[in-house]
Amino acid sequence: MTFDCSVAVIAGGLSFEREVSLRSGQRVADALRERGYRVGELDADHRLVETLDSGEFDVAFLALHGRFGEDGTVASILELLGIPYTGSSFDASRLAFDKLAAKSVLRRAGLAVPFAIPLTEGALRELGVGALLDRAMDELGLPLVVKPNRGGSALGIRLVERPDQLPAALMAAFGYDDTVLLEQRVVGTELALAVVDGLAPLPAVEIRPKEGWYDFSARYTHGAAEFRVPANLDPAAADHCLKAAHAAHLALGCRDISRVDAILDPEGVCRILEVNTGPGLTSTSLVPMAADAAGLTFADLAAHLTDRATARRPR
Amino acid sequence: MLAAARWGCQKALSFRLMRADDPFRDRYARGTRSMTASEIRALFAVASRPEVVSLAGGMPFTAALPFDVVGDVLGEVVADEGPAALQYAGGQGDPRLREVLTHLMRHEGIRGSGGDVVVTEGSQQALDLISRMFCDPGDVIVAEGPSYVGALSAFSQYQVEVCHVPLDDDGLDPDALAAALERLERDGRRVKLLYTVPNFHNPAGVTLAASRRERVLELARRHEVLVLEDNPYGMLGFESDPPDALRALDPENVVYLGSLSKVFCPGLRIGWALVPPALRERLILVKEAADLCSSSFTQAVAYRWFSNYPWKETLKGLRDLYRERRDVMLEALTEDVPDGVTWTRPAGGFYVWVRLPDHLDARAMLAKAITARVAYVPGGAFYADGQGGSCLRLSYCFPPPDRIREGVRRLAGVIDEELDLVRALGGLAAGDPDHDQGRPAGWGGVQ
Repeated sequence: MTFDCSVAVIAGGLSFEREVSLRSGQRVADALRERGYRVGELDADHRLVETLDSGEFDVAFLALHGRFGEDGTVASILELLGIPYTGSSFDASRLAFDKLAAKSVLRRAGLAVPFAIPLTEGALRELGVGALLDRAMDELGLPLVVKPNRGGSALGIRLVERPDQLPAALMAAFGYDDTVLLEQRVVGTELALAVVDGLAPLPAVEIRPKEGWYDFSARYTHGAAEFRVPANLDPAAADHCLKAAHAAHLALGCRDISRVDAILDPEGVCRILEVNTGPGLTSTSLVPMAADAAGLTFADLAAHLTDRATARRPR
Repeated sequence: MLAAARWGCQKALSFRLMRADDPFRDRYARGTRSMTASEIRALFAVASRPEVVSLAGGMPFTAALPFDVVGDVLGEVVADEGPAALQYAGGQGDPRLREVLTHLMRHEGIRGSGGDVVVTEGSQQALDLISRMFCDPGDVIVAEGPSYVGALSAFSQYQVEVCHVPLDDDGLDPDALAAALERLERDGRRVKLLYTVPNFHNPAGVTLAASRRERVLELARRHEVLVLEDNPYGMLGFESDPPDALRALDPENVVYLGSLSKVFCPGLRIGWALVPPALRERLILVKEAADLCSSSFTQAVAYRWFSNYPWKETLKGLRDLYRERRDVMLEALTEDVPDGVTWTRPAGGFYVWVRLPDHLDARAMLAKAITARVAYVPGGAFYADGQGGSCLRLSYCFPPPDRIREGVRRLAGVIDEELDLVRALGGLAAGDPDHDQGRPAGWGGVQ
């Protein structure tokens, strides 16, 4: 343990997940201070580079979610500055953040991913793709899920149960990204699978939204969803899911920590929805919950990630 | 040092059903259960960044106050009456301030007594206290549609049903009000309050025409509904003063709420209720139960400001400043915004209410707007029942004129893009009636 180590906890930024990120960052900073680290809390704004370049910090803890954070933007800055940081590299972050690109990589790695049809705003505006939407619905079946290709926390995600709901769902998703995906709706046990390098696998978290759908509000309102840790799975299924998550983490080149969102379908196949390289670390977040269920405190987790990054410091 | 073997062993785990680690979740009062994190709040967290032109919040432009003079007032209070100003005060409020407030209200035709004034923490607290005094779960409050979001939040705590009555350029529509009151009476509903912002309405920007005021009051009397007149903007008329207050016309059946937030500053948290004498004692008890008393210090400051200082000049300065900003916003809207979009033309106050073509959803559009670095409040915030999806509120009170111009230009670009997208989708309606338009409790902090 390097108690003389000075950690920049980077959070906030201009992402739509700014508020969630600030909550994650605050929690990380408190935990690291409790462990004796020197901690500075930095907003990912126009002063960030200047502050980091001051030489004050030995290592950066990334508590960023969403665009300009989880997408590798800040990782690339830290690479340039030569400051080691927690979590995935620029390449892996960017790849995981792009749901469609990540899907291709995961599929090639032999993992099951729900079928999705990409749709760009350009194709819709310029090429008249709108006329094909009925065909897309036929192909995917209803209900289907509409998602922005990049972005997290379920922002802009809508469940489409009837054809007349599709245009509004597309408009909402295009609010967050110029590429959206229409994704086959997979039913089954909804799981959050935490992968933390250097630790034994953490138990799967099962998500049971109280009202139908694990949307933004359910994610961040205490008590709006129930979580079961470990998930109510037989040992073989649990093992299958954890292995799939780990394989996904490796396939995308992720490092230190990721949260793999997946659904275990009735056939026993773990279908991977997405891999988050900057998972939430708030008091309602799932990775800390999984760690807690394994007897690991939040401060243990934060220190573990910080120490892994510190070990990468050039000597 | 974190030996995986120490804690990572799954066999050692016992099953746990976790409840998003909120041990209290089954114990919350009904009135606060609908208060959830919302997508909109997440977006507003970005909207407060300096890169974004925020046409969302209704913050008065306090930077225009003469701070040297304000500093003198603060110093005087400490020097002349420090011990009392830092002590508890009476629950009804500083009698000197209450007297001064009656002078302010004379500008609106009100002849009231300081003895019938109760000072509150902003008029927002008065909204809370009056609802608490009158409303049981299931009662009905009739309000304009759209209506002030903060009032809707206050009402929702008491589990009332808000029945919206439409307004037009002349404010609340009396015919629609008559029909609503009759229907509610027929249905056996208990209507407790008629909530109205008659002057320079928030969010609609319109003013209740003088010719409608008697009729509205007569309807309220006939149906035995107490009128709650919320008038924070009445002294911010740009062309002329608004008609006499409802309270001036019917002292017995109107609770009048005033506020110093817009004519001086919101940081003092001073509002007041002028109530019919029959309500006075009960309101004081409710106020004392809530917080004992409002701040003695800020009441003393306000008293001095409005009795010994040239507050009228300051107010005139604010009015001129807001008028210029209103003009800039209306001009920018006329120049930039695509056909099919309409908006109100406020003669005072802070807000312009914009109506998009019906198939656009202002709430779904907000993410795109913030990405384009402009923010507004989607219209759904101002309804308790899911209406207002294709409307939005713009505020011109806070950003300087060039930022207003830039913000409207950005917004116009976003609306253009949305219209393009809708056309590309074959003109299919984008407004989604199923999607929750935002429970009022999710809008905390929007003025």
